[in-house]
Amino acid sequence: MLGQSDSYQNKSRLITRRMFILSSIKIAVFISIVCRLFYLQISENIKYRSLSDKNRLREWKTTPRRGEIEDFFGKKIAKNTEVFQLHMIPEDVPNLETLFFKLSRIINFSDRKRKSIMKRIKKRNPWEPIIVFDNLTWSEFSKLNLFLHEMQGLKPVVSIARKYLEDNSSFHAIGYVSDTSVKDLKNNEYLRKINIPGLKVGKNGLEKSLNEQMIGKPGVQRFEVNAYGKRIKELKFIQGINGKNIKTTIDQEVQKFASDIIREKSGSVCVMDIYTGDIICMVSSPIYDPNKFVHGISSRDWLQLLENKKKPLINKSISGLYPPGSTIKPLVALSALENDVINPKHVIHCKGEIELYGHKYRCWKKKGHGYMNLRDAIKQSCDVYFYEVARRLGVDRLFITAENFGLGKKTLNNLKGEKKGVVPNTKWKLKNIGKGWVLGETLITGIGQGYFLTTPLQICLMTAQLANGGYEIKPRIINDIYSIQPTINAWREEFSFRNNNIASYSFGLRKLYRNPENIKFVLDALYGATNEPMGTSYRSRLINPEYVFAGKTGTSQIRTITEEERELELKNKDLPYEKRDHALFTGFAPYKKPRYAISVVIEHGGSGSSGAAPIAKKVIKKVLDRHKLRKKYQLDLFQEA
Amino acid sequence: MIRNHFQKRNQSIRDKVFSLDYLLIFLVLLLGVISFFTMYSTERGNINYYTQSHIYRFSVFFLIFIVISFFKINFWYKTAYIFYSLVLILLIVVDFYGVSSSGSKRWINLLFINLQPSELMKVALIVFLARYYSKIPSENIIQIKYIILPVFVLFVPVVLVMSQPDLGTALLIAIGGVSVVWLTGIRIKYFLYSFFTLACLTPVAISLLKPYQKARILTFIDPERDPLGAGYQIIQSKIAVGSGGIFGKGFLQGSQSYLDYLPEKHTDFIFTLFSEEFGFVGSVILLLIYMMIIYRIIKIGMNVRNNFAKLYCFSFATAFFVYFTVNMSMVLGLLPIVGAPLPILSYGGSSMLAIMIGLGIVMSCKIHSQDDVT
Repeated sequence: MLGQSDSYQNKSRLITRRMFILSSIKIAVFISIVCRLFYLQISENIKYRSLSDKNRLREWKTTPRRGEIEDFFGKKIAKNTEVFQLHMIPEDVPNLETLFFKLSRIINFSDRKRKSIMKRIKKRNPWEPIIVFDNLTWSEFSKLNLFLHEMQGLKPVVSIARKYLEDNSSFHAIGYVSDTSVKDLKNNEYLRKINIPGLKVGKNGLEKSLNEQMIGKPGVQRFEVNAYGKRIKELKFIQGINGKNIKTTIDQEVQKFASDIIREKSGSVCVMDIYTGDIICMVSSPIYDPNKFVHGISSRDWLQLLENKKKPLINKSISGLYPPGSTIKPLVALSALENDVINPKHVIHCKGEIELYGHKYRCWKKKGHGYMNLRDAIKQSCDVYFYEVARRLGVDRLFITAENFGLGKKTLNNLKGEKKGVVPNTKWKLKNIGKGWVLGETLITGIGQGYFLTTPLQICLMTAQLANGGYEIKPRIINDIYSIQPTINAWREEFSFRNNNIASYSFGLRKLYRNPENIKFVLDALYGATNEPMGTSYRSRLINPEYVFAGKTGTSQIRTITEEERELELKNKDLPYEKRDHALFTGFAPYKKPRYAISVVIEHGGSGSSGAAPIAKKVIKKVLDRHKLRKKYQLDLFQEA
Repeated sequence: MIRNHFQKRNQSIRDKVFSLDYLLIFLVLLLGVISFFTMYSTERGNINYYTQSHIYRFSVFFLIFIVISFFKINFWYKTAYIFYSLVLILLIVVDFYGVSSSGSKRWINLLFINLQPSELMKVALIVFLARYYSKIPSENIIQIKYIILPVFVLFVPVVLVMSQPDLGTALLIAIGGVSVVWLTGIRIKYFLYSFFTLACLTPVAISLLKPYQKARILTFIDPERDPLGAGYQIIQSKIAVGSGGIFGKGFLQGSQSYLDYLPEKHTDFIFTLFSEEFGFVGSVILLLIYMMIIYRIIKIGMNVRNNFAKLYCFSFATAFFVYFTVNMSMVLGLLPIVGAPLPILSYGGSSMLAIMIGLGIVMSCKIHSQDDVT
């Protein structure tokens, strides 16, 4: 009995001993849990608190109102208008199929649309509104509102969207906006930074180059959200800053007028203020409706645009490259005079062609101009005379003058797709073509052919800088009255010198000539070209003294004319469209008190005098008619000479 | 002598009521009150389904706890094998007639309650083994014949529960059983051998695991490998606990649970919610309440005379300790996620019932601490 009891006691002791071993393990575990709590809740508290906030808080950006674009007179070229939209909250819709059926009875609701909406519903959370239609007409919108009580889950919304002037004439200069693409995000840090879903961004023209200013700063709505992303309550709201409105120097009236004239053609018209560099008109044709891009262009329309041979998407004024043809002659003449390589009185006999190293260089006039001096050569655009001038001048000296006058470099710098063009010279050829310069190339460069390539805006700038007396101007399209002030002051000073016949010039201006007489000579020759019989644009002159303008035509060949073709005397009309010459004209007006420079380029438009000069004539008249009004707006800034 | 060791007494009801461990009862009630508030918080400050049924269950099971306390300890000794067999039968029944929920078959519908027999097995196994070993003298314990039956009764329910599948509960059942075997004095080297064998078998075991179980283990090693899938629970749980700080976000202010970031907040992750709202201080206090309960149970075990009660009390204390520490370690990212409820706080009837029965037997040991078992 005793043994049994002892054994019982022993066992009891053993159990207790073992229990103590276990208990010490328990205490160790307890301590480690407390340590873990300490680590998570005290040491790492800040990290987890911020993670918890990141879970809990979500921010939504509110889209700021995009800045509007006005023309010089305050007319809105690109504005924001109300659009009527139809939103749907999928979780509130009791039956999607019946809803779609009802919708199709009221408005045009295609099967494709239905499929795309179904796809979007699947991708997104059921409480997030989906835009079913983003641009309804008023009649559709009101019809929908009438039946709305039958259609649960739909919400009519009046929203804001971009709207461009109906005439589309500023399509290229202003550009257009459309949905943000992946590429936009990749290329633009600002877009990545503000990161607003559904934001429209500028794709072209000023809309693109001034995109960031015009977007503004987004507002922020901070919400507390649950684990499924549903908003529980709003915690904070920061007002955004609306985009900046942009004033341009463009005159929308002139723009529309010029655009209408060249509507059927492919080409460009540029008009520039020769003192301030204000671009009054910059039209490219054909045009397209920018409004079509705002709500997403259909793929069929887009393909048509891309396939159109007249290239409606390209702003030809700054991105189209054309050989300047004879429009370069005034500059060649000026360069020759400045370098003293020719006397204006020097006479050359034009027989229709000259020969150099066994190669014939022809004048556009097959039978020749006869005896010509420099003024006549400009007036009648004698190629043979300019071959000689170019030969004496040499291409590198011409290059210096051309570059001074703004050729071969970007004119505006702030528009997408602007081209630099080419002013050929010996170095350029060696570097880009890898061959030495040949004298024959100098000859054709002298008449603006060969490697020579310019944009219409460059030609306009060149003429403007000749017309203002030979001073550099900086073209501008954004009307910023503060930055233009120094230029205006400089011109005022310059005018007061001129009025008092002082042979000095303002320090605010950069002189592009050596001898003012040379400029005067060229301008006078241009007067002859337009206003005297035998002048190339004589038929397009304006007789009213107020409107008298001066200018130079140009016909630039885009192919080599073969001997046979020359014998056949093919007319441009008879050639296929792609082979016809480009028609060019550049000039300034009014002749007595120059104020505006113009360039007209019509692709495959035939000769400059028949294809471009008549257009320039009409536009110049319009511009001068509008001058009184424009003057009023600039009265406080600018006293006329 | 043995008669002297046990004082055969006939206690009156009054004596029994006086000899209840009031501190233990207070601690259990305190846990109950905390659980109401926590449950109330999971429902965003509303008394809805979960809070209501939790209160009902707690009231009923607390009553069961008190009633069981008055059973004589000999009753449990005598019915130990029957109790175990009944629960085992229920476990087998589950296999055939069980109610399935989220991919596992754990419950049987007893009309008034969906019972989870595996929870009851946690207590039944301890009772069985405590009886089995209580009469074997410590000198004989080394004999191999005394290990065959325990291993058998341990493995059968564990395998059954694992096949439900419910790895967490199976492990907890096994730990309860092993703790009895440990306490009874099996040589430490046997534990080392079996531990070594288990370690060797681990690769085999891993290959037998279901894909979701493997994912849980991998997630435990690196929660960031699938932050929105398998790692989501543990990441969100750690964020919730960590963001609580020293004093917590305040009652009903736990944003992680309020905004539904927390999964299973009523059941396994209830400690996360508590810890988020009451912080480090609250969590440590809760932990101390549990430790106090453990202490009380061990104290009862120390004072009890017969070895059956001693073995039972110490084993149950160990099991109870393992229950809440496994749960806490799991939500704090110290252990992989296995289904292990937090005793009394987690929503779930069977688990609470098992705990209350277990505590009831402990209390019965306290009241009848001088009794012998035959």
